[in-house]
Amino acid sequence: MTTKVFKRPKYLKDAIFHYCPGCGHSIIHRLLAEVVEELDIGERVIGVPPAGCAVLAYFYFDFDMGEAPHGRGAAVATGIKRILPNNIVFTYQGDGDIAAIGTAETIHAANRGENVTVIFVNNGVYGMTGGQMAPTTLAGQNSTTTPGGRDVLRDGAPIDLSQMLAITKGSVYIERTAVNSPKNIRRTKKALTKAFKAQMDGLGFTLVEILSPCPTNWKLSSLDSLKWIDDHVTKTFPLKVIKDEIENRSNLATEAINQT
Amino acid sequence: MTEKLLMRGSHVIGETAALSGCRFYAGYPITPQNELTEYMAGAMDKLDNGTFIQAESEIAAINMVIGASMAGARAMTSSSSPGISLKQEGISYLAAFELPAVIINTMRGGPGLGNIAPAQGDYFQATRGGGHGDYRTIVLAPASGQELAGLTRAAFDYADKYRIPVMLLGDGMMGQMMEPVELPDPLDLDTLPPRPWKLDGAKGRPSQFIRSLFLDTTVEEDHNWKLNRKHQNITRDISKAELFETKDAKMVIIAYGTAARIAKGAIKKVREMGLKVGLIRPITLWPFPSQELIEISRHLRDFLVFEMSTGQMVEDVRLALEGRGNIHFYGRPGGIISTPDEISKVIISLYHRQHLEED
Repeated sequence: MTTKVFKRPKYLKDAIFHYCPGCGHSIIHRLLAEVVEELDIGERVIGVPPAGCAVLAYFYFDFDMGEAPHGRGAAVATGIKRILPNNIVFTYQGDGDIAAIGTAETIHAANRGENVTVIFVNNGVYGMTGGQMAPTTLAGQNSTTTPGGRDVLRDGAPIDLSQMLAITKGSVYIERTAVNSPKNIRRTKKALTKAFKAQMDGLGFTLVEILSPCPTNWKLSSLDSLKWIDDHVTKTFPLKVIKDEIENRSNLATEAINQT
Repeated sequence: MTEKLLMRGSHVIGETAALSGCRFYAGYPITPQNELTEYMAGAMDKLDNGTFIQAESEIAAINMVIGASMAGARAMTSSSSPGISLKQEGISYLAAFELPAVIINTMRGGPGLGNIAPAQGDYFQATRGGGHGDYRTIVLAPASGQELAGLTRAAFDYADKYRIPVMLLGDGMMGQMMEPVELPDPLDLDTLPPRPWKLDGAKGRPSQFIRSLFLDTTVEEDHNWKLNRKHQNITRDISKAELFETKDAKMVIIAYGTAARIAKGAIKKVREMGLKVGLIRPITLWPFPSQELIEISRHLRDFLVFEMSTGQMVEDVRLALEGRGNIHFYGRPGGIISTPDEISKVIISLYHRQHLEED
């Protein structure tokens, strides 16, 4: 008699990921599918995949998805959510997508307090285009467009978008996690759950930044990539809850309801 | 509603949009079309389920429209020339996604920042797709307050029917002028055709997605031919032009929008002097009403294209006529509004140069 202890989550299609060995997207996809299943929102969730490695996410997730032009995820999600306020809307974006070409859309969606969830996968590199410098590439880190390493005086310092978004009044919950260890993976899942729950409660803009390995473009082994996150990436982008006003907002919302 | 109202052009567009089921508007301030954005703020607010967003950019506005359209709403944005350039990325995606949307372009002088005066320099951009890739958008050119109402309603209907972005191409003159208008009846949203492709959560149906990425070249080719078949159907079905005084004409002016109104004034003047001149006014710029031109070319040889540009639509006239007749051009770019007097002088000169009074 055998018991099944590990299975494909309900909302992951029976398809083989195209992601490189050791890539963090596969783990994050699985976590997302598990959270959608556990929160029982598969019939009302709408995802917005980006331009980049995760653009094909609609081949993997078994819920509705609408592609956004590069960087425009937050604007597309805004349009969807305003028409369908009872649906659960998320974007899935890389660092170049969200923190370079889509900076404006993201900041203003946060500032308006759009009730959407952003999943920001930060691997410090433009993956799909072959490893160019991203806004989040670490100081000194090699990329195909910073062959001698990122020079902060020439290329600018890595940008901390999550911190920037935290100062907007409309953002409610922003946490930075990673998927480089079982412990961090569990924390990531908890953060995703918390973000989606806040959206279900109508509290405002939520974002989970996930530090994720890109062994192919980092030119490291899968294991060394996991270690690189601990040894280097988290020094610039420390894992922490950057903003959490869920309690405050919930109390305010309850008060408002009681007053009416 | 049979009541005649005296309304500003931009308000006619806004009110007709609301009456036509538009429930989402996103826009960004730019002159000379701010009256429309401001009107939409009030019009959407008045509705139980209307959304108005002042977007952080033209790009954000068109992408919000993409989202709203994906979610199944009749959605609209508006801008003027420089802003429309910024929206072209999103318009290309709308075309690829096969999503309905309405875009209002209140053209101004250009290129670059140009000026805020009425101009027709965006004809190429509007009628050739405008963004990247192999596609077209339906382009409608109103020339009166009443037509602003009719074509705004038609824009939403065409967008839905063909799942395609539709652009209304006007200018500041169209937007500012006050004319008596009969607005259309409010549309019952329940009578709209179903949108089985929309994203509203996979409840009671399999999950679905909307995409524009087709890495397999054969699939992208199929997608392009599918769009092309749609373009052919649209060309066959909706091409439209107004013919004015063409029956006995020895020469016709071809002009659209504001230029056509000026041309009409000129034609009335020269008719009083006995010159037999008519007007073909394309109402659809894409699809271009080529058949109407070919039909007229059986009876006369001389065509004078008048545009508020250095000559853009004139290329479509040449393509339509394929050598049938003499195609002349007169244009004033940069936001210059010719007077009917000025155009009538051009007509008289040309009329005699071509010896039309002798026939």
